[in-house]
Amino acid sequence: MIAIIDYGVGNLFSLTCSFKSIGADICVTSDPDLIAKAERIILPGVGAFEDAARKLRQSGLDKVIKEECAKGKPLLGICLGMQMLFEKSYEYGEHEGLGLIRGNIRPISDVIPKGLKIPHIGWNALSFGEKKDELFKYLNEGDFVYFVHSYYGADCDDSVIATAEYGVPLTAAVRKDNVCGVQFHPEKSEKIGLAILKAFCEI
Amino acid sequence: MITKRIIPCLDVKNGRVVKGVNFLGLADVSSPVSLAQFYSDNGADELVFYDITASAEGRGLFVDILTEVASKVFIPLTVGGGINSLDDFDRVLKCGADKVSVNSGAIRNPALVLEAAKKYGDQCVVLSADIKRVDGEFRVFAKGGREDTGMEAISWIKRCVSNGAGEIVVNSIDTDGVKKGFDIEMLEAVCDAVNVPVIASGGAGCMEDFVTLFNALPKVDAGLAASIFHFGEVDIKTLKQRLKGANINVRI
Repeated sequence: MIAIIDYGVGNLFSLTCSFKSIGADICVTSDPDLIAKAERIILPGVGAFEDAARKLRQSGLDKVIKEECAKGKPLLGICLGMQMLFEKSYEYGEHEGLGLIRGNIRPISDVIPKGLKIPHIGWNALSFGEKKDELFKYLNEGDFVYFVHSYYGADCDDSVIATAEYGVPLTAAVRKDNVCGVQFHPEKSEKIGLAILKAFCEI
Repeated sequence: MITKRIIPCLDVKNGRVVKGVNFLGLADVSSPVSLAQFYSDNGADELVFYDITASAEGRGLFVDILTEVASKVFIPLTVGGGINSLDDFDRVLKCGADKVSVNSGAIRNPALVLEAAKKYGDQCVVLSADIKRVDGEFRVFAKGGREDTGMEAISWIKRCVSNGAGEIVVNSIDTDGVKKGFDIEMLEAVCDAVNVPVIASGGAGCMEDFVTLFNALPKVDAGLAASIFHFGEVDIKTLKQRLKGANINVRI
C-alpha cells in the first residue's frame, strides 16, 4: 500500500486518480499508524511553503515522515512536497524544511535570465545527465512533463537526478537513497507522468 | 525550454459537448469524457471546458462530468463558464480542475480575481477577455461578447494581472469565427503589456495560422481553438509535427 499524506494542503483528487489508473493500492491519510504500515509514502503539496511546513509540524507528521524514511521506506515528494524535503526555503522569509535532502529552496528569479515569465509554467523536457535514475527507467531523455512553480531546489548538486532548461538548468527531480522528489506534476504529465509513478512503485 | 501549447476548447451544455463533432472511431462524439481522452491521446497539451449551461441541474451534471474527465485524463484542465464567486472556484477545483477561467464574473466583481488568487494562487486564476475594436480602441465585451463594457482592454488586463491573474486568454471577437488567422495586432498589444502567459483564441482556420501566430509573436504561449479541432479540420498530432518542422518548440 502507498500512503498519500493528507495534511490539508492542496487537492489530492488527480494524484489519487493517477495512482489508481496504474493499479496501485493507495490510501489518503493523516494516520501515523497507516503511514507506518504503508510500503511507500507520497508527500504532495501545493501553495506556500511556510503554511505547508507549519501544517506538517502541527500534525506531527513531520516526525512520522522522518522516522519512516530513516527505516529506508521509499518516499516521493511532489511539487511543494519536494521542496519540503529540503533543509530550508527562502519563500517569503526563511523557513525550515524536513532536511531529508541537502539544499535550499530559492526563487527562480535569482537564476533565470530577465524576460522569461514567472512562474515557470507549462511542459518542459527532462534531462538526466550521465546516469539515469531508476525513477525514470521508463523515460527517454527529453520526455516532457508539466511544471508550475516560482521557486526551485538550489545548492543540492549531489542529489539532482533531472533538470529542465529554463534559461538555466532548473532542478526537476532529486533523490537521496530512498527519498525522492519531483518539482513537476506527474499526475498532470500524461503517460510520461504515470510511467514515473509506476517506476516509483517498483523502487 | 517551455513548449508552445495547443489547447482544444470544449463547450459543454447539460453534460454534453455542443457543436458538431465528427471523429472516426469515437463511439460517442458528444461525450466530454471520450472527447477529452481522444484529445489527450492525440497530443493536446491542456483542455478547456466551458460550461454554457444555465440551469442548476445542468451545473450539477457538469460537475459530474468534470470529475469523470479528471479521473481519466491526466493533463491540465481549465474550467470556465458561470464562474462568479469563490464558491464557484471551489466547486470546480474539488472535481479536479487545475485552473479556473473568469470572464463576465470578473467584470461584475473585479475583486474576484484578487480573492481567488489569494486563496488558490495566481497560477490557478485565468482571465478570459472577449475583445473587439470600437472607435479605434480595444474594448472589453461581457456576456459572451454581446455587451460592450466601455472598458479599454489593455488597461483591464493589466489591472487583472496586478490583482493576480496568472494567465490571459485573449479572444478576439473581430477574428472569431472568420477562420482567417489569429488577431496578431491585438495579441501583440496584450503581450507587450503583461508578463504572464498569453493564450491566443479566435480566428484559427488552418495549421498555418498557428505557425504564423508563434512566428510573429514568440511571446504568445498557447493557441486555443474549438471547431477546427472538433470538426477534424486540423488534427493536433499533424499540427504539432508542422510546428516542429517550422522550428517551433512543441511537445511531441
